[in-house]
Amino acid sequence: MSNVLKSRWFTFGLLALGLALLPFLVDAGLGRSWVRLLDLALLYVMLALGLNIVVGYAGLLDLGYVAFYALGAYVYAWLASPHFGLHLPFWAILPLGAALAGLFGVLLGAPTLRLRGDYLAIVTLGFGEIIRIFLNNLNAPINLTNGPQGINLIDPVRLGGFSLSQPHTLFGFTFTGVHLTYYLFLLLTLAVIFISMRLENSRIGRAWVAIREDEIAAAATGINTRNLKLLAFAMGATFGGLAGGLFASFQGFISPESFNLMESIMILCMIVLGGMGHIPGVIFGALLLTLLPEALRYTGDWQRNLFGQIYVDPADLRMLLFGLALVAVMLYRPAGLIPSARRRQEFADAKG
Amino acid sequence: MSASKVGNRLSSKLDAELTPLLTVSAVSKAFGGLQALSDISLQVHAGEIFGLIGPNGAGKTTLFNALTGLYSIDRGEIRLNDARLDGRPPHQVLHAGLARTFQNIRLFAEMTALENVLVGRHARTTSGVVGAVLRLPGTRREEADSHERAHALLRRVGIAQHAHRLARNLPYGDQRRLEIARALATEPSLLALDEPAAGMNKAERAALRELLLQLQADGLTLLLIEHDVKLVMGLCTRLAVLDYGVKIAEGTPDMVSCDPKVIAAYLGDEAL
Repeated sequence: MSNVLKSRWFTFGLLALGLALLPFLVDAGLGRSWVRLLDLALLYVMLALGLNIVVGYAGLLDLGYVAFYALGAYVYAWLASPHFGLHLPFWAILPLGAALAGLFGVLLGAPTLRLRGDYLAIVTLGFGEIIRIFLNNLNAPINLTNGPQGINLIDPVRLGGFSLSQPHTLFGFTFTGVHLTYYLFLLLTLAVIFISMRLENSRIGRAWVAIREDEIAAAATGINTRNLKLLAFAMGATFGGLAGGLFASFQGFISPESFNLMESIMILCMIVLGGMGHIPGVIFGALLLTLLPEALRYTGDWQRNLFGQIYVDPADLRMLLFGLALVAVMLYRPAGLIPSARRRQEFADAKG
Repeated sequence: MSASKVGNRLSSKLDAELTPLLTVSAVSKAFGGLQALSDISLQVHAGEIFGLIGPNGAGKTTLFNALTGLYSIDRGEIRLNDARLDGRPPHQVLHAGLARTFQNIRLFAEMTALENVLVGRHARTTSGVVGAVLRLPGTRREEADSHERAHALLRRVGIAQHAHRLARNLPYGDQRRLEIARALATEPSLLALDEPAAGMNKAERAALRELLLQLQADGLTLLLIEHDVKLVMGLCTRLAVLDYGVKIAEGTPDMVSCDPKVIAAYLGDEAL
């Protein structure tokens, strides 16, 4: 028993060390831009885990998820940029943005409670677009969002005199902005993972899955389906709002263009590709779909090395290969790349 | 055991039989032009097994759905003890103490047998998001208690060996048992079973009969829709017969089976 515990702590220790050193290894091996991508990938892990609560657990196909991401980002931009001249600290804005997104999750979820499947997807898609179009046009009569130009010069995360946008030197290591951002994002991502894991194996998590499996039976088994669906929308939206705030501080600039339908679909793809409702699968899906398209940018170099010239524009080839990969996964691993133990058990039962 | 003690027990049992647990008064329900239920009134007494029979399309399942809040009723009143059930959503009906199973089994297919029963505990537990994330002592206690009860219920209905298998992969008879275990986990005072023996073989039926009698002995009141006449006649204390949404007879199995209206409904008027 104590040996098991010891080896578990050892594994944890190794994992923690690996995650701590990762940005330096990536920086040395692949370059600074990849550290930046790593930050972005962590952001998408948070988003995907948030949507996973709505789609994976409660089974509510939400195609407007990016609206909550946008909301979190704009709340951050309003309260920490020259746009309104407000510069509140990040630890006040992030929870506020997340909470406001959660509230909007309930507001947008409430009218859709009676809808299921395709119909729910269409309505949520509409809500997502409504928010984006609002952001695009709310520069008059009062300039709230600065319209399509977006909001610029958003404050980076700063605690006292310690800003994440400047390099700091500690123990002879130089931590640049992207490195420090990595640690902040990692910390919050771990928190989101932790919350997801705890919820999955709880009274609430089981009730969500029960609603996904059979809503009528769930209601007849004593589950208040209305409240629990709203709770799923709210939890998912809260994570989305948190990621949005981080995104705004990280980029320093946001515009409605960042929050289009494609983004919602991409986050949904991460979940479906990785393994719906299964936390390791969702994390893997998010990392893969953020990093793979970037890696495929190198297809131009490969072509030049192989054939001496570029036949297919890397930008086109990238999307082509990406699409092919998606089709292949859905054909050969329809349950996702890392399906949950349930799926594996189903397979075992079928054999036995 | 002394004679007076036996006498006491008998009289208290008689008292119990006279206490109406479920009271259905003049309930009507129409779907468009079709009158599915017309002025149905009946009483189920605490501690009995009450059977609801009738030909296909008589309105038995409609009545079940009306009782459990899945359908709203047009007229009438439904009471469990003193609480009004009509007009309440399904989860509140369950909270009041009326649990049900479904004719076409409705389990949570992608959850294990144990998890299905744990979902049944939802109504009787309270821990929320904060408790779950922080694993507060209260939540941990509640979870441990729920798991213990769920395992006990699986043993009780005889499928403890399947606890960690997915509900969808259980044999048919065991799926029906699991549905009963899930309903029992909600601690009902009245359990409504919609054709629990449908599709079961002879041995499974015998085992089901044993289980239902045991539940009755433990003080649970049962409301039963069933097509298997032999099972119904042997098991039920009283019966109501529905035909075209109208209650045509009510009484002990012997009384009902001699009723000319019942014979006509089942065999046609010519049979008389």
